[in-house]
Parts: sequence; structure tokens; C-alpha cells
Amino acid sequence: MRVTTESATMTTPTMTDPAVEATPSQPPEIRPPGAMVPPRPIARARDASAPRNEPEARPANPAVELSDVSIFYGAFRAVRDVSFSVPAHAITALIGPSGSGKSTLLRAINRMNDLTPGSRLDGEVRYHGTNLYRADVDPVEVRRRIGMVFQKPNPFPKSIYDNVAFGPRLNGYRDNMDELVERSLRQAALWDEVKDKLKQSGLALSGGQQQRLCIARTIAVEPEIILMDEPASALDPRSTLQIEELMAELKENYTIVIVTHNMQQAARASDRTVFLNMGDDRAGYVVEVDDTVKIFTNPREQLTEDYISGRFG
Amino acid sequence: MTSRTTTLNPGGIASSGRGRLGDRAFRWAVAAGGITVLLILALMIGSTTLDALPVFSSQGIVDFLTGITWDPGVSRTEITGTYQAGVFMFGTLVTSLLAITLALPLSIAIALFLSDVAGPRVARPLAYLVELLAAIPSVVYGLWGLHFFAPTVLKPVAKFLSETLGFIPIFEGPVVAFNPFYAGVVLAIMILPIITAIVHEIFRAAPAAERQAAYALGATRWEVMWQVVVPRSRPGIVGATMLGLGRALGETIAIALLIGGGTTINISLFQQGESIAAKIVNTFQESAPEAIDALIALGVTLFAITIVINMAARLIVRRLGDLSGEAIS
Ligand SMILES: Nc1ncnc2c1ncn2[C@@H]1O[C@H](COP(=O)(O)OP(=O)(O)OP(=O)(O)O)[C@@H](O)[C@H]1O
Ligand SMILES: [Mg+2]
Repeated sequence: MRVTTESATMTTPTMTDPAVEATPSQPPEIRPPGAMVPPRPIARARDASAPRNEPEARPANPAVELSDVSIFYGAFRAVRDVSFSVPAHAITALIGPSGSGKSTLLRAINRMNDLTPGSRLDGEVRYHGTNLYRADVDPVEVRRRIGMVFQKPNPFPKSIYDNVAFGPRLNGYRDNMDELVERSLRQAALWDEVKDKLKQSGLALSGGQQQRLCIARTIAVEPEIILMDEPASALDPRSTLQIEELMAELKENYTIVIVTHNMQQAARASDRTVFLNMGDDRAGYVVEVDDTVKIFTNPREQLTEDYISGRFG
Repeated sequence: MTSRTTTLNPGGIASSGRGRLGDRAFRWAVAAGGITVLLILALMIGSTTLDALPVFSSQGIVDFLTGITWDPGVSRTEITGTYQAGVFMFGTLVTSLLAITLALPLSIAIALFLSDVAGPRVARPLAYLVELLAAIPSVVYGLWGLHFFAPTVLKPVAKFLSETLGFIPIFEGPVVAFNPFYAGVVLAIMILPIITAIVHEIFRAAPAAERQAAYALGATRWEVMWQVVVPRSRPGIVGATMLGLGRALGETIAIALLIGGGTTINISLFQQGESIAAKIVNTFQESAPEAIDALIALGVTLFAITIVINMAARLIVRRLGDLSGEAIS
């Protein structure tokens, strides 16, 4: 890894108001109209430290940048010195063999790893320039901005309506809840199927519908980034395709990071691909980061080619 | 080789006669056990109701349940006294309700602490401690309340309440030596461990995936507990409450020691009361046969109250289960 200084331009130190600090890299239309959460600062003050390590070919407009991230579970290092950036309004896929730390990295982006006792992170995860692991950053606020969809659909044992309204209610949303629920379900391509049974349990839906409900639930809090950990792995091919189409629509308004084991899915659905491998010490590391087309047609590393062509992993 | 296989398995698929015999014996044993339980239950209900029937019919069921006079006679053959259960039913319900009102919120709080706040290193020994508390015999709770807890802790509290909130009828002074307040609080301590243990199990059974989903939506730990874990556990909490209430209704020794042995209905918690179970143990020995029948009638009444509450609980649990969605097809 080479140390460069050029990336210091990413953080413009002249801007001091944390509430608007993200404006140059954050297009104004990032939230759907009627965004409910007033833009609150994610932290009290601005991060002064400039980013250091960056891999080559960094996209221009990153929503998230990881630099030299190592993640530990107790004494075990699950991920070693990972750096990559996540372009805004695009789909970034994390691929790699089982145990290479894809889920671990994904959870690091919205600080879900904090919930695992004994987990620890070295390095920086910057969100529009602010290190999310700085002491004064509130993880709860991070998760409101960076939502997550899990591998197994996990709706609450509540009605479809209450599932979608759960997050907005937490945030004290008091506007037209019906409208927000409808809009979220429409965005998740589920509205037509459930509009007549909003009072029914979310658990009464099919697996694919449940997963779209979970996406609607995530959308309802109007995050900027949506993390998805193998969101279609528990679904049939038709539901899988639906989820992929949905992601393509969502990237207009959201930045998406997806973990997948499905090479076709990564090739079809993502714009950018991060390929991770597991080292001899069982710690995951980045082998190659590039545009998805490049990774799948003309990878730089032999290892990448072996993996995507199914020769290992 | 081939001959050996055939001798080993001569009857082929139908050869498992021994297993079938065991199967049949087991089925008989289970059936016998079930029938025995039913027989005992029928015998108990039958004989107690038979003894209680003359009392119910001589007093009239409504008077028996609502009247407040208990004036036992001494006859061996007929019912000559007046037997009305109102005072004792009142005492039973007041102490039980007080106990559940105090114990339930505390149980939920402790269970949440164990399941969602404390780490396993704290939670595991603490949960074990709670289970130990549930195993302490009630007479120990009663004696402890009698000699330590009531005079040193509850008495000042009762005095304070009657002085500051005495205008509310239930807190009206004076505070007598033993009263339903002491009985109810000690009862609360007695049923606290069992409710806590059950509710804790229910909270632990709440899927991690649901908690994670809430966290990922930006919920705080507090919000996860109160808006995910507790709501989804409502049917179980009702069940645990009913179990605690059942234990409170039937509790005898601790209440008999603490409730004060009153003979009238006192609205104030600080004046003597009497419960059904305490009345039975306190007077059983010196009662004439007709009064013993009357005490048995009290027992039948208590049993009936417990059954009614249990059925109500089942109804509530079923209703809540529907709402939480598991039952929807
Ligand atoms: N909660 C945890 N505690 C301890 N170790 C963990 C924990 N979660 C993951 N690990 C370890 O961290 C490493 C990376 O796990 P992770 O789940 O991130 O891999 P992954 O790439 O998502 O794998 P998969 O493709 O199988 O989902 C593994 O060695 C795993 O055993
Ligand atoms: Mg994973």
C-alpha cells in the first residue's frame, strides 16, 4: 500500500458546520421528497485527520471510505488492513470465499459490530469524511443513516403496516404515516401485493415478500446507504430477480452495498466489486477492487479470475 | 457371508416384535398415569364439593360469596352457624393484587436487565440466584417477614404512607401490627422470582434477528427492549403473571403470619385483614365438624376463583397471540 497525500482534498477543512459538511459529495436529491429526519449532525465536530491509504482507481464520489480497517473478535483478527471506497448512488458488491470477512466488513459500515461483545476495529470508516468510529459519533445515528437488510428476512411479529412504521415511529415521525408506509412499500415493489392486507402479520408473507418488507422497513427511515448481506440467498430464483431489479431502482435514491456469494448476481447487479480473500492467518484482505465489468472481464489478479470462474472458494 | 446376513435378519422388515412390545407397554403406562391423575382430580373435587354442599345450600350461594359474617356453630350433624366468605375473599384478592402489582413491573425490569443489559458473566449467576430464590419455602419468607422485614422495613413505609397519603382510603391509618399491606408485599417478594425466571426465559427466546433488525433501524437498546422484546413477549408475560397470581391466591403460611386476622372488610391496607387460605389454617384445628365443612367450602371457593382466573388468562393469551401475528395464516 502506498501512502499518498492527494486524498486530503476529499475533506475540505474550511467547512465547519457539520450539518452541511457533506454537501459537496452528497447530491441534494439524496433523500426522497418530504424527508422526515432533519439533517442532524452525526457527530459534534468535524474530523480533522486526513485519509491516508487508498487503493488505486478510487471513484470520484464516495459515500463511505474504509482505510486500513482491521476488525477483531477478541484476539482473532477477522479482517486485515482493508481499504476501499463505496461510490454514492451505485451498487457495490463484496464477494469472496466464506469466512473472508464480508459480513464483518458490512456490519462495520453501520457499526452493527458494536453489538458483538469483544469486537474491535482499527483504522477508519469515513462517511462523507467523518470517521464513524470517532469517540463522539453516536452509533444509533449512524444506523439511522446507514440501514441494513439481513440474509434471513426478519420482519417483526407485527402487522405489515407496523413493520414499515416501526423505524419512523422511533424517530418521532408524526407526519402522514399512511403516506410514508405506502411510499416505502411502493419503493420496495411490494405495495400492490399487500395493499389490501396491511393489518395482517408480516410473518404471513412469503419469503421473498418478507424480504421486500424488510427493505421497505429500511427505506422508511430514509437512510442514505443500504447495506444488504446476501439478501436473496434464502429466496427462490424469481424472488431473487425481483430483489435485483429492486436494487437497480433503488440506487437512484440510495447507495447500496451488497454481500453475495452469487457471482452472476454480483456481475449482473453491481457497479463496483470488492473481492476479498482469506489469508493464511484466516484474516480477510482485499485482493482487488474495481468496476464490476473490469473484475468480471479482465481482472488484474490471477486469484480474482480463479475465484470468479469458480476454481476456488 | 451371505448365509450370515440371512440369519441375522431372518424375518426381514416384520421382525421387530420386541420393539412393538415395549411400545405397547409404554402406551399402557402412559394411559394408566393419565387415568390416575383424572381419578385423583375427580375424587378431590367430588369429596370436597360433597362436604361443602350443605354449607352452600344452607347459606345460599350469593350470601356465602358476598356476606361478611362468619359465626361458626358447634354441631356435629347440621349447619347451625352463619358462614359467609366475603371478608376472606376480599383479603385474598387484595393481597394477591397488591403482590402482582408490585412484582410484575419489577420482574419485567429484572428480566430485561438479565436478557438485554447485563453481559453473560453477570446475567448467568444472577439468573441462577433468582431461581434459587424461587425455591425458598414460603414459611421461611413468612417468618422472615414476621421477624425482620415487616417491623424494620415495611412499618416505617406504612407509617409514612398513612401520614402523607392517608386521605386515600387504602392508605388510611392507623397502622396495626399486622396487616394486608405486609402480607401483600412479602407475597410480592415471594412470587417475584418465579415470574422473573419465566419472563427471563421468554425474553431470551426472542430472536436475535428481531433485535438486530431494530438496532439496524436506529433503535437504542432501550427502544429495542420496550418496542421489540416486550411487545412480542406479551402472551408469555400474561402467562407468567397468571402463574404468579395463582401462587399468590393459594399462598397460606406467609399470609397467615402477616395479614393480621381481621373479621371485617377494611378498605385500608393497614388494618387487619384475612384471606381464605389463612382463615382455613388458622381455625381448622379448633373447629367443630360443621365449621370444618364451611372451611372446606372456602377451599372450594378458592379453587373456583383460581380456575376462573386461569381460563381468563388462556383467553387473553390466545387473543394476544392472534395480534402478534404468529397464528395468522
Ligand atoms: N460474532 C463473531 N465472533 C467471533 N468470530 C466471528 C464472529 N462473526 C464472525 N466471526 C469470524 O470472523 C471471520 C469472518 O466472518 P464473516 O461472517 O465476516 O465472513 P463472511 O465472509 O461473511 O462469510 P460467509 O460468506 O460464510 O457469510 C470468520 O472467521 C468468522 O468465524
Ligand atoms: Mg456472511
